[in-house]
Parts: sequence; structure tokens; C-alpha cells
Amino acid sequence: MADTAQINSDERLKRESFSARLMKRPELGAIAGVILVTIFFLFTADSAMFTLSGIMNFMTPASQLGILAIGAALLMIGGEFDLSIGSMVAFAGLIFGACVVTFGLPLIIAIPLTFVFAALVGAVNGSIVLKTGLPSFIVTLAFLFVLRGISLVGLKLATGGSTQLRGVRDAIEGDFLIPLFSGDAFGGLFTWLASIGVVETFNNGAPKVPGIPVEILWFIGLTLVATFVLLRTPYGNWIFAAGGDRNAASNSGVPVRKIKISLFMFTACCAALVAIITVMDAGSTDARRGFMKEFEAIIAAVIGGCLLTGGYGSAIGAFFGSIIFGMVVIGLSYTSFDQDWFQVFLGGMLLIAVLFNNYIRKRVTGER
Amino acid sequence: MTDDTTFHHGSAVASAKPIIEMKNIEKHFGNIIALAGVSFDVRPGECHCLLGDNGAGKSTFIKTMSGVHKPTKGEITINGKAMDFSSPRDAMEAGIATVFQDLAMIPLMSVTRNFFMGREPTTGRGPFKRMDIKKMNEITVNAMREMGINLRGPDQAVGTLSGGERQTVAIARAVHFGAKVLILDEPTSALGVRQTSNVLATIDRVRKQGVGVVFISHNVRHALAVGDRFTVLNRGQTLGTAARGEITPEQLQDLMAGGQELAQLEGSLGGTV
Repeated sequence: MADTAQINSDERLKRESFSARLMKRPELGAIAGVILVTIFFLFTADSAMFTLSGIMNFMTPASQLGILAIGAALLMIGGEFDLSIGSMVAFAGLIFGACVVTFGLPLIIAIPLTFVFAALVGAVNGSIVLKTGLPSFIVTLAFLFVLRGISLVGLKLATGGSTQLRGVRDAIEGDFLIPLFSGDAFGGLFTWLASIGVVETFNNGAPKVPGIPVEILWFIGLTLVATFVLLRTPYGNWIFAAGGDRNAASNSGVPVRKIKISLFMFTACCAALVAIITVMDAGSTDARRGFMKEFEAIIAAVIGGCLLTGGYGSAIGAFFGSIIFGMVVIGLSYTSFDQDWFQVFLGGMLLIAVLFNNYIRKRVTGER
Repeated sequence: MTDDTTFHHGSAVASAKPIIEMKNIEKHFGNIIALAGVSFDVRPGECHCLLGDNGAGKSTFIKTMSGVHKPTKGEITINGKAMDFSSPRDAMEAGIATVFQDLAMIPLMSVTRNFFMGREPTTGRGPFKRMDIKKMNEITVNAMREMGINLRGPDQAVGTLSGGERQTVAIARAVHFGAKVLILDEPTSALGVRQTSNVLATIDRVRKQGVGVVFISHNVRHALAVGDRFTVLNRGQTLGTAARGEITPEQLQDLMAGGQELAQLEGSLGGTV
């Protein structure tokens, strides 16, 4: 290509250094955060934290939050919020629990049904936001209470007065879909790794880590898909456009309404996925499931570089934001610190992340 | 024509058939007559300036041309065929592209992503259908270079470009997507001197590619720098069309202001308006 030389021939342009290019990536802050937190725990925590089983230990809650955070991040890039995803976890848990326990449906029907209900609520959320032009913050705040309330009432109806629905494990026993949503994957591989001494074993010869918890795989898979969609598909371009400037986007022929409603539906489905995984894991569902998760997911997305104003952010950032979260929640129990420092840490991290993001945005847009 | 300026190189073929013709366009909003019979046409490769003071009906007129408003009366023909636009999309498909003042650009997104927003070329099939980023970047860099702008890189955010450069991206985008008539709504109104000259140079380039340019302005000097013909609107009516060289800046200025008052005012301001 003879053109390339000419393109770079503007004498006023300095070559951008690698670090300057790196600074422009939205996920930089989150990666730096992971490194800092790792260093902190390397010095303060018991060395067990960074063994394989220790890593699985903090990756499991990180993944459960992360699946929500990926949804929240895409929605935020699209310029909207969803504060109802925490309550949605409880609501979807109720639907799922009722399907398998009360109605005795097999997973092949119960799981799609749960997703359909979640997507419907997401679509309702989105339609109200777009029809009325109200901020999504206020509409979904309403749904935070509505869904939590329905979950409570519904659980009492289903159980005859209790707010916990048990017996999920018995109801689904032997279902062929269980390994997709529950337990550990690659068990055979880990047994083999243990037999050749790569993975630590208990005294009886069983590996200390029986496999990779499926939620971690879901989390990684979802991050990869979301990143591909955002960076490489027209749909991803439209998400950025819809969040960046709604009018400009629709003047350029971007179907803004469809994009936003589909994002609300996707976020709700992420919450449903978390509900299905955690309900199957615990064997029961209760009305407090997903409590406060909406805030944690948004914080993870913001730590991951999403701007509150929309139009900027990344799924990989939300991925690392969630890992920071898991590391701190679980990591503190490996240290001599009081675990409740976690909340202080969380607030501090959020504040730093927002300040950092603001600074980055000014650099990207050349605002002065 | 010998009065070529820095921004005007060679005239359009005066005998060429107009691409778009608007005849006796009227537009009423309730009891307000915004346009009272305006006729206007654009030939390929010419820059036709539409001048007028605030409230003269310029915006209503170009919105009619770009399919936002439906005319109450009058006819629009493209290449001799009568048209009836019911949406901006119809007009776009007929080759009429409008660059409005807000430019429809998103500062946080890269030049390439803005350039193809809503019209991304794809490659691959099924779940692996993706944007053809390499092709998109190449097209963007080339299109921008043709307009005389060397991008730092196609992934540069639009927010880091100057106002004039953004205007140029919007123009290049419209031209790339096959505009035969390009309507520019006050492209120079918010720009500094250097950026204005960049945009005027861009208009001249586009014109020479055979695109008909409609340049809306209320700045006589900017219009005279690139225009081939000048139509003045006042209170919803055309006050006539003049070709380059047939009219002086002072006459244009007077027409825009709708008569004598400005001539007196200009005297007292010492010719600075």
C-alpha cells in the first residue's frame, strides 16, 4: 500500500506512544485496579488466596456479579440504566422455582420460560422509558420495588406463607440440562491433572478443585460475545451511537428504539441467567436473592470504564470490574481485616473510577 | 468567467440540466405562510447559494427539499421526474443529502464509526457476520484525504477534530454514500477564519466532483467565495437569482436585508457589515 506512507505524512503529527494509546482504552482503569488489588492481597492475605482453589473461590461470586455487570455495561453504553436487575434476579428465581417445583416442569421448558418472562419485563421497562421519555433511572427504580414485591407475594402464594421455596434440587434431579447451569465443568480434566500432580489433591486422592464452576464459563463466554458484538458488529456500533447521541443516531438511520429495548431485554435475561444458576446451586429460591446487586453491577460497569452519560465503555472493563469485586469480597476473609471494610472499599473505588473516567473522556474527546 | 478565487475553480456548465427543480413551493403552518412560492434549482457541479436573513424561510425551504416537510403547494422534480417525499429517507434515497448544523456526529466515537453509522458494511455470515473494519478504515482515510484532511488515524475520536474538520467528515460521508445534491445548512456559521476557509475549499472540491451543492448562509462573503449562483430569500419569497459576476456583494447584502435600511446602516458602520 503506497497510500499508507502518505497518510502519515502530516508533519504536525507526533507519533503516539504506546502508553498514550493505552490510556485511551476504556478498560485501562479496571485492569490497573485488578493489578493494584492483587498486589494489596499478595502482601496482606494468606497465601491460600492465590492457589487454584482460592482463585475459584473469588471467581465464583465475581462471575455471578459479572454476568449482571456485562448486561448493565451494554445498557449503560446504550445510554440507559436498569436499577431493577437485582429484583429481577429474585423475580426470575421465583418464576424458575415455581416452574420446576410447583408445576413440575422439566428444565428444557422451565429455563426458556424464565427467560421469556424476564425479557418481557425488560421490554416493558424499555417501552415505558422510550414512550414517556422519563429517565430510565426513575422507571427502573419503580420496577426495583414492584418486582421485589411481586417476588415476596408470589413466593408466599407458591409456598403457603414462606418467603423461601425449597426442593428445587429434588425436582430437577437427573435432568440432562443440569450440567449446563450448575456444578463444575471439565471434571475429568481436573481429575487427570490431579493424577499427574498439577492440581493439588486431598488425602483421598480427589482433586481439591473438582472443576471450573459453570458460572465462570458463562461469565467468560458472555464477555467475549459482548466484546465481539460491541467492537465488530453494526449492532455494536448502533449501541455506541444510541448512547452517544440519540438524535444524531436516529438521523443517521440507527433504529434507536429497537436497540434500547433489546438492551433492556438482554439485561433482564442476564439477571434471569444468574437467577437460574444460583437457584440450582442453592436448591432453593428466596425473596432476598439479588438484593443490592443492581448497584454492585453498575459499580462494576463504572469501574470498567462505562460513562454514566452513555456512549462509552467496554465489556472487558466490566469483566475486570467484577473480578476486583470478587477479589475484595472474598479476599478480605483471607486477611486480618474486618470484612465489613468491603463496603468502604467499594465506595472509594467507585469515586476514584468516576473521576478517572471523567479524565479519560476529556482526553478522548479533546475537551479542555 | 475570470473571477476565480481561492475557493472557486472553474464554473459549472450553465447549460446542464438541473438535478433537482423546485417550482413555486408554498408551505403553510396553520395560518402562517412560511414559504410563498419559492422556485429553486440545482445543476450538477454547481454551488447554488441560498441567502437570507434569519426568518426568511431558508430552514423551512431546505427541510422541504430534504423531505422533512411536505410542501403545501408546488412541485419537486428530480432529473425531470416528479417526486413526492414523505420522509427524509425518501429524499436520501433519491440522492439528496443534508448536512444539518448539528452534523449528526457522535464525539466519543471514532471517525470511522461515525462515517459508517447506520450503514456499516459487513463481511462473513451467520453469527460471524461482522463489520468490515479494514475496508471501513481504508474508505474513511481515503475519503478524508480527498477532502484534504490527513487523519491521525481512522480510530481518532470525532471529538478531537476541529469544527471545520467535523463539517468535512459530514460532507465526505454524504458524498461517499452517493449524494447527488448536497445541502449544507450554515456550514460556516460557527467557525473561525481558518476553519471556514477549509470548509469552503471542501465545498469547491465536492462541486468539482459533479455534485450539486446547496449552500445556505447569511454571510455574503462566504457565499461569494464559492457560489456559482445566488438566490436570495426574504419573507418567504425569492427576490431573484443571479449568476456569479452579475451581482456585487453590496447588492446581495441589500437584497438580504430587504431594501434600503441596511444601505443607510452600512454607511454609518463604514462598510463593516
